[in-house]
Amino acid sequence: MSANAMSRSLRKLGLGLKEHYGIIATNKLSLLGFWIIVLFTLVAAFAPWIAPHEPWEMLFDSKGEFAALRAPSWEFPFGTTHLGYDLYSQLVLATRTTLLIGATSGFISIIIGANIGLIAGYYGGKVDEVLMRLTDILYGMPFLPFIIILIALFGRKLEFVILAIVLIIWRTSARVIRAQTIAIKQRQFIAMARARGASDLRIIYVHILPNVLPLLLLYAAFNIAWSIITEASASFLGFGDGETISWGGMLYELWLSGKTRVAWWWFATPSVCIILLVTSLVFVSRAYEEVANPRLRKR
Amino acid sequence: MQAPKTETKQPLLSVRNLGVAYKTAQGPVHAVSNISFDLAENEVFGIAGESGCGKSTLIRSLLRLLPDSATVSADACLYRGQDLMGLPDARFRKDILWSEISLVPQSAMASFNPVYRVGDQIIESIRAHKSVSKAEARERCKALFDVVGLEAGLLDSFPHEFSGGMRQRAMIAMALSLDPGLIVMDEPTTGLDVLVQERILRRIREIRSEIKSSIILITHDIAVIAEMSDRIAIMYGGEFMEQASAVDLFEQPYHPYTLGLKNAFPSIRNIGAELISIPGSPPTLIGPLQSCPFAPRCPFAVAACRSANPEIVGLEGGQHQVRCVRHADAVGFREQAKEKAVWQF
Repeated sequence: MSANAMSRSLRKLGLGLKEHYGIIATNKLSLLGFWIIVLFTLVAAFAPWIAPHEPWEMLFDSKGEFAALRAPSWEFPFGTTHLGYDLYSQLVLATRTTLLIGATSGFISIIIGANIGLIAGYYGGKVDEVLMRLTDILYGMPFLPFIIILIALFGRKLEFVILAIVLIIWRTSARVIRAQTIAIKQRQFIAMARARGASDLRIIYVHILPNVLPLLLLYAAFNIAWSIITEASASFLGFGDGETISWGGMLYELWLSGKTRVAWWWFATPSVCIILLVTSLVFVSRAYEEVANPRLRKR
Repeated sequence: MQAPKTETKQPLLSVRNLGVAYKTAQGPVHAVSNISFDLAENEVFGIAGESGCGKSTLIRSLLRLLPDSATVSADACLYRGQDLMGLPDARFRKDILWSEISLVPQSAMASFNPVYRVGDQIIESIRAHKSVSKAEARERCKALFDVVGLEAGLLDSFPHEFSGGMRQRAMIAMALSLDPGLIVMDEPTTGLDVLVQERILRRIREIRSEIKSSIILITHDIAVIAEMSDRIAIMYGGEFMEQASAVDLFEQPYHPYTLGLKNAFPSIRNIGAELISIPGSPPTLIGPLQSCPFAPRCPFAVAACRSANPEIVGLEGGQHQVRCVRHADAVGFREQAKEKAVWQF
């Protein structure tokens, strides 16, 4: 798909790329968040070229000594672990995993949540009842036991971490989109679309969906942020993918090493990254929240 | 008003005993009952009545736009000889909605989807029913905008960039887009200021000479209906009280309610005359009617009016239909109804 065709199909979804940037740029914090996300995305994209070492490579310093538990220096900018692994390389490579999990589960969960919300809200009645009770059941599902059982059954694989996150987080977006759908389907232009002979599916996806889009993007940003935090907690508890390094996984290794009190740089770097990325996502979602709910805008 | 009469031909729309009931906690509400009429090709049929008399419910039942709580029944509802009641939803949507029966809704303000350009929405409704290219549909839109007096450049505007009058015109353009046999106009000028109203009505009249569509015009504004319609029905309590040609209805009204409505509108010839309103309010319509629905407010009501709902009587060769037991006394009523005291009984 050419860039032009892509921007055209994006426009069909409601707005062009330029307009999206316009929404984000109205708010300074959102703009800052946006560029932080862009930075992390670039790091993730070029991670193998940026990282100087393998994530689990024992390193020796320039004098030939084993580089265990080194504080940040010119040679090891973010320090090293007790086994001489370079934290800078780990961090860069982990960015890729974290963003991948965050974006994938955020994206899949918003698609599930949006569809369930739109269908429940539009059809109402029994359909609504069944779908919303399903959502309620998920609300009663505690996340950690759920992921522990899932991982115990299927193994520590990236796919299952994503699956566990997706299965849990679509619930909030579904509820919110449902409420908005109910509000929009009462509007007269929906009745007019029906009078013009539009089918149910056409009304849902062509007439209602673009009107819930700002809310959808807001929750997409929330879902991505939440996925990142969730992945970090799961990995910290040892339920992440053992083969791939992630920010939460780095904290898990720190915990296992028992050096938490000594190596401040070891827990500082992944923690700051998690906080920075999640905060940026929340800042960007603020901008969409202002579109979805103009009353929040500063006067 | 000078439309050619085609009485010998099959009517465009023929409705017999149409009724709509809403389910409520207090039992079914018969919002519309016993509605029968024939609509000829190229005819403007006006339906007038006060708020809550069932006008909108009636036309929404024809377009299948009622909520699930409503049940529609009819002995017959034939469009060009085709039974509309038995048609499955999908076929109705494809073959009848918009391509044969289109709608100009009550408030055009809220009738366009705010996220799409006006032109694209009209193109969408054309392409939903007809396999034409986007470019062809756009040409059609330009022609339609020309008909309703909007510049073709406005096709690329969003609904919020339109004024109320422009939106109403665009709505009319959309209703004309597929050359439907019937256009239903549900209070097309409500909410617009008087000057814009006049301009829209003039435009509708001009369009009438260019297209073949019949129009059902719904309004509570007697003046609008008198000006536009060939035939008029006066609706009250979910039923037609009187149905006649526009001239007959205004020159020889039979039903006391029609007389009351006439009183309530100012006349240019009689500036300064006090308007007489009909005291009371419309009935609630829970359960079937056991009397004439207008009897409690009617100054001429007698015992017979309160014991049964009167049948429709065809006068003047069946052309003038009245639902009133005292239609024979109408000549006297016409004079008496002009007295204010008569209405304050």
